[in-house]
Amino acid sequence: MKVLTVLNMTEIGLHNFLILAAFVFSIGAAGIFLNRNNIIVILMSIELMMLAVNINFVAFSSYLHNLTGQIFSLIILTIAAAETAIGLAILVVYFKNRRSILVEDINQLQG
Amino acid sequence: MTLFFYIFASLIVLGSIGVVASRNSVHSVLWLIFVFCNASGLFILLGAEFLAMTLVIVYVGAVAVLFLFVVMMLGNRFLGIQGILSSTRHLIIAGLILGVLLFDLVLVILAGADSDIIGFGFANTNTSITNTHAIGAVLYTDFMLPFQLSGIVLFVAMIGCIVLTLDNKVTRKRQKPQDQLSRSKESGMDLVQAPLNEGIDGIKYD
Repeated sequence: MKVLTVLNMTEIGLHNFLILAAFVFSIGAAGIFLNRNNIIVILMSIELMMLAVNINFVAFSSYLHNLTGQIFSLIILTIAAAETAIGLAILVVYFKNRRSILVEDINQLQG
Repeated sequence: MTLFFYIFASLIVLGSIGVVASRNSVHSVLWLIFVFCNASGLFILLGAEFLAMTLVIVYVGAVAVLFLFVVMMLGNRFLGIQGILSSTRHLIIAGLILGVLLFDLVLVILAGADSDIIGFGFANTNTSITNTHAIGAVLYTDFMLPFQLSGIVLFVAMIGCIVLTLDNKVTRKRQKPQDQLSRSKESGMDLVQAPLNEGIDGIKYD
């Protein structure tokens, strides 16, 4: 019965946003395992997971009437932009050197 | 708000599936842009207007375009098979991860859904000023150190990208300003008397 009252479709509570974020996070995590070959899609899946975290932060910030979550979300945005830029730069340099960015070809560190 | 929440949420989930499951990397990037636009709408619904606009500017304007540049620069044939039909083994593992993770998260969220959470801390949002104003008032005072540190992170990332992608190979033709500036009239110009009906041999170019 508790679950039925929680799943009340007419009123949007905090848990609706949290479940949405859980969906996006799970799809992002599954995308990493689904696209084992393509490193760019892996980076995009990481972006999706960060977006899920941002949704969580902003939802909590809105429902708790506290701006700290939005500040954290802003900082996550900054870090995500920096991470993407560095990751793509590494990718471009690797492609220039090896002519391939397939994940199964990146095995030089296996010893 | 209810209707818009469900519209945005379903479109976000649809777009996320599109990102991970589409065959073409360019389509993945376009689905990512779609997801971020819808998330921006969700943030507006939550009252975080500044963050919604930042999401559109930073993600759609910078990060997604960066992805698009790299995907188009490297070409699709180097990127390998992707998407839902890539490999049955990967599909099974991904489905397992998705199911377990989703089950866990939803279970935990539903278990705690009827507990009342009490807000704490400073920086309440229930004032008459706008969201951007409130964020600015907090960001430059209480969160000065994280703000500055994120600036440093961006700076280091910028330097790192430049250092990574800069190539100093000598085979590449490029302008040398010091050579141009150190030319003199004697080394750069040669005045010869040209005889009639005869060529001039032995001119030294530097």
